[in-house]
Amino acid sequence: MSWLPIAMLAVPLVGAAVLLLPGFAGRTPRRYGLAVSGVTLVLAVGLAATFDYGHAARIQFETDLSWIPGLALRFHLGVDGVSLPLIVLTALLTFLCFVLLAGRPPRRPRALVFTLLVLETGMIGTFLALDLLLFFVFFEVVLVPMYFVIAVWGGPGRRAAAVKFILYTLLGSAVMLLGLLVVWAQAGTLDMVALAHGHTIARSAQIVAFLAIGLGLAVKAPMWPLHTWLPDAHTEAPTVGSVLLAGVLLKMGTYGFARIAIPILPEGAAALAPWLGAFGVIGIVYGSLACLAQRDLKRMIAYSSVGHMGFVLLGFATLTPVGVNAALFGNVAHGLITGLLFFIAGAVKDRYGTADMTRLGGGMLSRLPYIGSLLTFACVASLGLPGLAGFWGEMLALFGAFRPAAELSRPLFLVFMVIGGVGTVLTAAYFLRMLSRVTHGSPVVPEGPPVTSAEEVREVLGGEGPVEPVATGTVVAAVAAVAAPGAPGVPGLGGLGEPPERRDVTAYELAAWVPLVVLILIFGLWPKALLAITTPAVQAILRGVGA
Amino acid sequence: MIQSIDYVAIGAPLALALAAGLVLLLDVFRPRRTPGPLGLVTLAGVVVAGGFVAAQALGGGERRTFCTGGAGCSFVVDGFTLVLSGLVLGAGVVVVLLSMTELAERRIPPGEWYFLLLCALTGAVLLPAARDLATLVVALELVSLPVFALTALKRYDGRASEAALKLFLVSVISTAVTLFGVSLLYGLTGTLYLEPLSAALSGAAASGAASVAVVLVLAGFAFKVAAVPFHFWAGDVYQGAPVPVAALLSVVSKAAGFAGLILILTVGLPGQAALWAPVVAVVAALTMTAGNVLALRQRAALRLLAWSSVAQSGYILAPLAVIGGSARDASVAYLVIYAVMNLGAFAVVMTVSRTAARGELDDYRGLAFGRPGAAVALAFFLLCLAGLPPGLAGLFAKVVVFRQIVEGGLGWLAVVMAVNTVIGLYYYIAWTARLFTPAPAPPARVSAPVPAALAVGIAVLVTLAFSVAPQLVLAVVG
Repeated sequence: MSWLPIAMLAVPLVGAAVLLLPGFAGRTPRRYGLAVSGVTLVLAVGLAATFDYGHAARIQFETDLSWIPGLALRFHLGVDGVSLPLIVLTALLTFLCFVLLAGRPPRRPRALVFTLLVLETGMIGTFLALDLLLFFVFFEVVLVPMYFVIAVWGGPGRRAAAVKFILYTLLGSAVMLLGLLVVWAQAGTLDMVALAHGHTIARSAQIVAFLAIGLGLAVKAPMWPLHTWLPDAHTEAPTVGSVLLAGVLLKMGTYGFARIAIPILPEGAAALAPWLGAFGVIGIVYGSLACLAQRDLKRMIAYSSVGHMGFVLLGFATLTPVGVNAALFGNVAHGLITGLLFFIAGAVKDRYGTADMTRLGGGMLSRLPYIGSLLTFACVASLGLPGLAGFWGEMLALFGAFRPAAELSRPLFLVFMVIGGVGTVLTAAYFLRMLSRVTHGSPVVPEGPPVTSAEEVREVLGGEGPVEPVATGTVVAAVAAVAAPGAPGVPGLGGLGEPPERRDVTAYELAAWVPLVVLILIFGLWPKALLAITTPAVQAILRGVGA
Repeated sequence: MIQSIDYVAIGAPLALALAAGLVLLLDVFRPRRTPGPLGLVTLAGVVVAGGFVAAQALGGGERRTFCTGGAGCSFVVDGFTLVLSGLVLGAGVVVVLLSMTELAERRIPPGEWYFLLLCALTGAVLLPAARDLATLVVALELVSLPVFALTALKRYDGRASEAALKLFLVSVISTAVTLFGVSLLYGLTGTLYLEPLSAALSGAAASGAASVAVVLVLAGFAFKVAAVPFHFWAGDVYQGAPVPVAALLSVVSKAAGFAGLILILTVGLPGQAALWAPVVAVVAALTMTAGNVLALRQRAALRLLAWSSVAQSGYILAPLAVIGGSARDASVAYLVIYAVMNLGAFAVVMTVSRTAARGELDDYRGLAFGRPGAAVALAFFLLCLAGLPPGLAGLFAKVVVFRQIVEGGLGWLAVVMAVNTVIGLYYYIAWTARLFTPAPAPPARVSAPVPAALAVGIAVLVTLAFSVAPQLVLAVVG
């Protein structure tokens, strides 16, 4: 039994429970979430520091306790090369979200901190669990907190988006549960380690189970055509919600493929891998084309996630060490890059009151040089420029498709590779188009209503109007911050059509973003840092394939 | 013929029956008509009965009484009996606590109320111990008849009278149908005892009459558990009846119905499983779907709970469709966990209904700001019913049922249930979200009456215990 993983679950959970104490009622625990998630991050770093990299394929920090004998459910936690990067990523992104919130206290801060801490428990638990049912439980833990993050702190269409999110993902996880139970009924154990080391599940049962589990994971990942919940959820969610949704929650789906679906059901995986690859490739192209058609910055980034997850799924579908490595790398890289993109998009939305690209009106690099250049950096990383983290996941996935596992049809995967290659070009196209519209050009405010929207004005005037408040606290803070230094009156009320002064990046934002920038650079320039951890584990995952 | 009666075995129903008599007497001789003491006497009766059950559980072993020669015994106390009796009595405590709040308004005569309540509980405790068809039917009627009267006791409310009449008519018909089936079974086999019945039926080839009898008996019990196509009464009755009676109907009465159904199917008719299992599967699928779909459009809290409890009946029925194995245990495990979380939801609705007389879902808007305790408790129970963390008790209960169905090879039923879980989540989460949505006019901060608050507290604690350690239930049931 190892205390580190348990502590990583206990710290956020206890931290959330403490918030329920009546002593916190009415008081804003401004730095509280920062402290709790900071402790969790320190534990995660400690985990990474004491991890035995010589045996990355082995489960380390193992805890195996009996929880519910009647369901054969064991409290089995552990870390290996597949889960370690994701655990650290989760702890980091959550911490950075709290850094951002410390700079701009949200509406109902106590509730938001509570929700985010519960969310963190669920996310970390999903990556730690080594028991199928325990994995399922943690997988479900994130649903309700994320629902509330979207439904309470989201944008105007938040109610519908939140409901869509939770119903869609619950349907997926219910189907996944059926698949897990099929595995259990056939193999008689729920232990992932034991299952991965060999069992006797008939091929037909493996295919059924892979189909059910894969569907559940594909909704979460999301895989085309099961992605339709994602754009709404991302667009309506507040910044921290979008960051965690894209940075961590999507990874839970792809992680499930690496942890459960492929190692436990190798024959099922081999049978269905062509479909997985096909849907992944369609997702790449579809996501890119959808991005080209978007006007909303956040919505565009959401669709870009569909494309990037397509590469991850393609990597898994190849069933080769290269491909699965690519998928795991792409997972982490996407978490970092898209996390950063959503952070910046949130900052842009705070300042302009809209994320509509035509309303943003170009020239961001001259008006907000720091934010503009960081946005450029994140986009360039996301489109897969060599030297940045986004490149390796895509490149290796295509490389994996070039030489798929022996039992897969090579011509088919060559077609996938070509289509995926077209997808990378399209990805570059929509990001560059967006950059040219938003960051470049001259700062001209387009025709139409002023950028400071009616809602924002109402917010500033302090009235509890009938209009649903858009991220109230942050907008008020932002607008007040702009209005305070010398600007007479309220922007958007006085000088119609005249672009108001906007504050460039704040210290808190910079603190939240810089770690991501640094990591994107490190993993881009030195991919081996990550690949060295995952490679041994990947070989263990693929032991059953082709055997 | 002189029979020796094992008074320890029948201790629990006896204690309840004596308490019922005592309440009636006290009501007559009381100088002032205050409801308080009667409630305490009732509570004491339920607790004493619970003590008998606990003692028998600790003592272990099986007790049989009212035996006739070699034919069999009418009253058997085994593990199944103890679990369901314990469930009924635990629910009884909560219902009595809710009644104290309801009766505090002094519009309902307390003596009659508590007498009828204790009668219903007596029947519900008797029923899981019954091992012959006559005792089963009598016990079932002992549960049902007082409930009509309890529903109608809210004489000043027209909806209550309508609800009582509806319930009465539906129930009488179902009893008649059951009795017809029972008489056919008796005619075919010449015995009323369940075990000999099973032996007699398994010897003979399945005849048409036996099939008709099985289906008729099933239909009768389907009324009691509000299964499709006999579910129409639920909405009106739950809304019309006083809240404690609705809680009684949804938990005690339903548990009794399931106890009878399970006993008849698994003890009396195991040989006919090939006949009734597919029927049960289809009924389960239809029941959960109908309940969930009807619940989607409800605006009133009690109506929503009514249809949700119909849907939950479907989940409880589903494992029974699996032939053999430990299907019965899965049903009972779900029933126990369902009982706790559902009672909790009713208890919160009871405390809220005092300030929001209409009982619409919109009245719950912003509850978290005025009464955070009640809101958090209700959110917890609703998520339990939905089967989502943090409501782990409900999640594990669903996993138990899913496992049974998947292992039994009923893939289609598992998929139907999975879809239903999603439909169910829609209305549970919509209600939960209302609790935390700021209301235009925040509800006044009122403190809940002590008994109802106690009931909520008990339900929260037990549900939490089941969430952390579902093994508590699974070990007792299995």
